[in-house]
Amino acid sequence: MNDPLLTVLIAMLGGAIRVSTPFMFVALGECLTEKSGRINLGLEGTLVLGAMVGYAVCYQSGSPWLGVLAAGCAGTLLGGLHGYLCKLPKVNDIAIGIAMMSLGTGLAFFFGKAYIQPEAAHLPSVPLGAWLENKQLAVALDVNPLFFVGIAVALAMAWALRNTRWGLIVRMTGDSAAAARAMGISVDLVRFLATAAGGFLAGVGGSFLSLYYPGSWNEGLSSGQGLMAVALVIFARWDPVRCFLAALLFGAAGALGPALQSVGVTQGYYLFNAAPYILTLLIMIASSNSSRSLAAPGELSITK
Amino acid sequence: MSDIAKSLPDKNRTVPFRADTLSRLRVSAEYVAIPLLALLCAFILFSAFLLLIGKSPLTFVELLWTGGYGTAFSWRNTLQRASPLILTALAVAIPARLGLVMIGGEGALVLSGFVAAAIAVPFVGSGLTAWIVMPLMVLAAGLTGALWLGLAGYLRYRRGVNETIASLLLSYIAIAIMNFFVEGVLRDPAQPNKASTLPIGEAYKVGLIPDLGVHWGIVCGVVLAVALYILMARTTFGFAARITGGNLRAALAQGLPVGRLILASCMIAGACAGLAGYFEVAAIQGRANASLAAGYGFTGILVSFLARHNPIAIVPVAILFGGLAAAGGLIQRRMGMPDATILVLQGFIFVVLLTSETLYGHFKLFKP
Repeated sequence: MNDPLLTVLIAMLGGAIRVSTPFMFVALGECLTEKSGRINLGLEGTLVLGAMVGYAVCYQSGSPWLGVLAAGCAGTLLGGLHGYLCKLPKVNDIAIGIAMMSLGTGLAFFFGKAYIQPEAAHLPSVPLGAWLENKQLAVALDVNPLFFVGIAVALAMAWALRNTRWGLIVRMTGDSAAAARAMGISVDLVRFLATAAGGFLAGVGGSFLSLYYPGSWNEGLSSGQGLMAVALVIFARWDPVRCFLAALLFGAAGALGPALQSVGVTQGYYLFNAAPYILTLLIMIASSNSSRSLAAPGELSITK
Repeated sequence: MSDIAKSLPDKNRTVPFRADTLSRLRVSAEYVAIPLLALLCAFILFSAFLLLIGKSPLTFVELLWTGGYGTAFSWRNTLQRASPLILTALAVAIPARLGLVMIGGEGALVLSGFVAAAIAVPFVGSGLTAWIVMPLMVLAAGLTGALWLGLAGYLRYRRGVNETIASLLLSYIAIAIMNFFVEGVLRDPAQPNKASTLPIGEAYKVGLIPDLGVHWGIVCGVVLAVALYILMARTTFGFAARITGGNLRAALAQGLPVGRLILASCMIAGACAGLAGYFEVAAIQGRANASLAAGYGFTGILVSFLARHNPIAIVPVAILFGGLAAAGGLIQRRMGMPDATILVLQGFIFVVLLTSETLYGHFKLFKP
């Protein structure tokens, strides 16, 4: 019980489950968008706006699930706007992404001022570890329902991309716009829909932040998790299931600092926080030189 | 009728030089007219937003003018905020000429600012003259930034790692490194609430420009913008850089030193962002802490894009956004609106101005 190593491991497991959900949703959204050959750096703004809208709707209606849905809709709007603007000629998708990040954050802070104080209902948690003797482990295994939804979305997306006609269309659009056009597919429409759907997922991820963990609305809610998702998708090599695993890893790496602090290791807390970024950078360096081995969509500007 | 025809210049006698100047003017008019039109559109959209929430757009514009550009005090405030924006925007513009999208200016700013403070702190109270310490701080900050973004450039050229993502990751790593030292060994024990380094002391602080009341960062920014414009437009380096940005294969076929060009432009970019960090520490904060990561790096990206990566055009765009930020407080107090109002306006302007890129080349009026 008092074994520090065990405590750290349990804290990291709990952290992985708790912290990974928003990463998972944003990364899945980004993954879908990038699979269609476009990049959306604005998901950070979507995440923050989703958190605010989710919290506000939950506070007004009393239903956290309605909040989740509203957050998704807000995300769809932002994603759709990004998708629409990027299809215009000469518009740079990376710059528009950063502009959307600033617009989304601005709108969230603007309308969110009124919701900083009030307490809204939370999403319920599923106590998977209730039967366990070990109290720490039981707490770590208090899993939020969105975590399961995220796993389901990851599996469904992986299956759909591989086995359905829609999946094929998205992948082809991302790999070669010319080939997709030759097949009579509207590249702009596919990318627009993929970006809007990606926005929906990111919005849902945002609602998790305000409705489950940390569980209230404030302006410092997302510390770059939306931007990190871009790195996470590269780390996961554009595979939805690996996105889920990578989100778990990022969550665990993020929990490493606080976990070590709780057993008395206070040195290097902030360096441990940087662990996921360093890890991603190292993997990018190791797997670069030939973007083919990265399995990146051919049309994606950031891998060219 | 015939009289008018006679008074018109004969087409055959038109001096080629004049026709050339005229068509060039019409083309450059496009670069002024479209952004102004987009700016107007953004303000109209934002006015609609204000009306929707029951606020007066007219009061807003009036306060924006007063708070940003109306008085000497507001100009000081505006220029103070424009100074880091010019420098971080230059950090985006120079690599952009080679076709690189570097978004890591924020990290270079934070790390360089921290290094500048860390260099100065041991000398505080030692009596060592500022003539030695201050150049040392500038050098350390510039070098830190240059090495930090140079690393992204090196990875790009040697390993083919995407510079956008690499610089973003390096940004987070830089902020973590600063936090590590500021929260740990270099923490000022007299600051229990906010983790900071010890102050750099009045002796090593950058002073204000006499009669203007703004710190020297703005001069540094403008001078660098002009210098980098000349570098990119008038020198062999700039020429080679533009060829590389236009067509990498052609540049390689010409035997241009593409690797060195990439590395050099990224290092120049990093040095610019580093200087922004130096001025934030040495002129504004007086110490290094988490306030350094105030988002100047990210706004700088958009400033550079809006200026179409032209170093000279960056200066007015940065002053525009500096003014918006400066007016924020006044608008918040007088109109009872959240401080995020300016963020929303900025978001509107950014999105509309970037979208207006699509209009270039569409109007006959501007055709040569």
